[in-house]
Amino acid sequence: MLELQNLNVYYGAIHALRNVNLKINQGEIVTLIGANGAGKTTTLRTISGIEKAKTGKILYNGQGLDSYSASHIVKLGISHVPEGRRVFSTMSVFENLEMGAFTRNDKSQIKKDLENVFSLFPRLLERKDQYAGTLSGGEQQMLAIGRALLSRPKLLLLDEPSMGLAPIIVKEIFAIIKDINKNGTTILLVEQNANMALQCANRAYIIKNGEIDIEGDAKDLMNDENVKNAYLGG
Amino acid sequence: MHLGKLFLNASLNFDWGDKMEQLIQQFVNGVSLGSIYALIALGYTMVYGIIKLINFAHGDIYMIGAYIGFALTTFLHVGFFPALIISMLLCALLGVLIEKVAYKPVRNSTRIAALITAISVSLFLEYGMMYFVKAETRTFPELLPNKQISILNTNAVLDIKNLYIIFVTISLMLILQYIIYKTKVGKSMRAVSLDRDAAQLMGIDMNKTISYTFAIGSALAGAAGVLVGTYYNSINPLMGVVPGLKAFVAAVIGGIGIIPGAVLGGFFLGMTETMVSAFGGSLYKDAVAFAVLILVLLAKPNGLLGRNIKEKV
Repeated sequence: MLELQNLNVYYGAIHALRNVNLKINQGEIVTLIGANGAGKTTTLRTISGIEKAKTGKILYNGQGLDSYSASHIVKLGISHVPEGRRVFSTMSVFENLEMGAFTRNDKSQIKKDLENVFSLFPRLLERKDQYAGTLSGGEQQMLAIGRALLSRPKLLLLDEPSMGLAPIIVKEIFAIIKDINKNGTTILLVEQNANMALQCANRAYIIKNGEIDIEGDAKDLMNDENVKNAYLGG
Repeated sequence: MHLGKLFLNASLNFDWGDKMEQLIQQFVNGVSLGSIYALIALGYTMVYGIIKLINFAHGDIYMIGAYIGFALTTFLHVGFFPALIISMLLCALLGVLIEKVAYKPVRNSTRIAALITAISVSLFLEYGMMYFVKAETRTFPELLPNKQISILNTNAVLDIKNLYIIFVTISLMLILQYIIYKTKVGKSMRAVSLDRDAAQLMGIDMNKTISYTFAIGSALAGAAGVLVGTYYNSINPLMGVVPGLKAFVAAVIGGIGIIPGAVLGGFFLGMTETMVSAFGGSLYKDAVAFAVLILVLLAKPNGLLGRNIKEKV
């Protein structure tokens, strides 16, 4: 479904991604894990068109994404939940969700999808007229995911959905991620919480200093000694 | 004795009425001046909200709006409202063009580069206009009925032009309010000003949103230009400098990037200046305007309506 081929991204003189190759098949949950500053977020931002690759290709269903703007990539069915949630703080929860459906014009379908999001996250319904900035971290994460779902993505990019959340909320969020995947959305999950991510995913890539270090089945990686020592806390 | 008392009463009444009349009169003037500042300040604040650029050429778009109004009414004998609307449309186009030609190439450069570009555009417009229309002051034709109404049967008179200014300003603000809160364009503008990256991830087209912002802001400045032309009857190529600066002050007083702040700041500044003039300090009114800015910034560095929403991590 999505394929990154020899991707190189620079921030000025800094070489942030080095020859990154990554493949996601339809229906999978693929996770990209690694330390702070390894290039996880950069990978996602390049896929969604906010950063531009210097060399290399991004193929989405065989189609090159390089020349498209971020807004066009959303229309093609790739939705990105950014790191730190980035909800629109002085818009209401409802307006935030509406922004998620920005590219769509099918009003009756949007209404249906809104109801789906509210049934997935009942707490958002309770707070729909509240400013998004007043929500708790977990609620903001739910809002950010709900907002992304409203563009009807075929591929959902999640950047550290567990960041800063209490363990119980993290569990809740991961359960929902699995549900979303079961309903037919392919997922690329970026995480620092390698344990949770590997439990949830089918396949995994480990990125180190901008390079893909290890790749394989999530289960295999969980039992790999090197991975255990470096990423799973022994 | 009796007669003396009556006389005293009458004079007291008269005195009270006189002050009241003056106050009403100055209030009306303050609202008119405030309207002009608010219209210009809105463009400043909207552009700042979207691309964090202080568009110093904004006051000059107001000047060009006045000249467009002048040309339409003097040479083509167009009426007030058509002139207002055509001038707004042309200023909107000019604003979009300026953004595309001058600001877009430096959009990802340092902020100081963008600021220097804005100052250059400002000087280019001022002295470019001076080349084409000459430096002399032009006289606007009388467009509006030169009628004065007395307020509440007192001696305070209301120039009907004041009513036009206030009516046009309030209508434009209502339309703006509608655009910003009810339309897709407005919502995309709010989203971009809150979080540029997140807005792009929603599928919002940055270039389009920036163009719309410049168009709307410049149209409001164009309207202010025509209003001032008809009110004061005289225009010149440097007329935008001081009101542009004052409107910038108004936007900062209200909290730059915040739309209601620009309106509040505009009226606040207009009222302060008029009242200072009314009570004998007309020479100091500009100094007072900037003193007010300093005081507001000392007390509330984000402006009167500025707020700090804490981010949750």
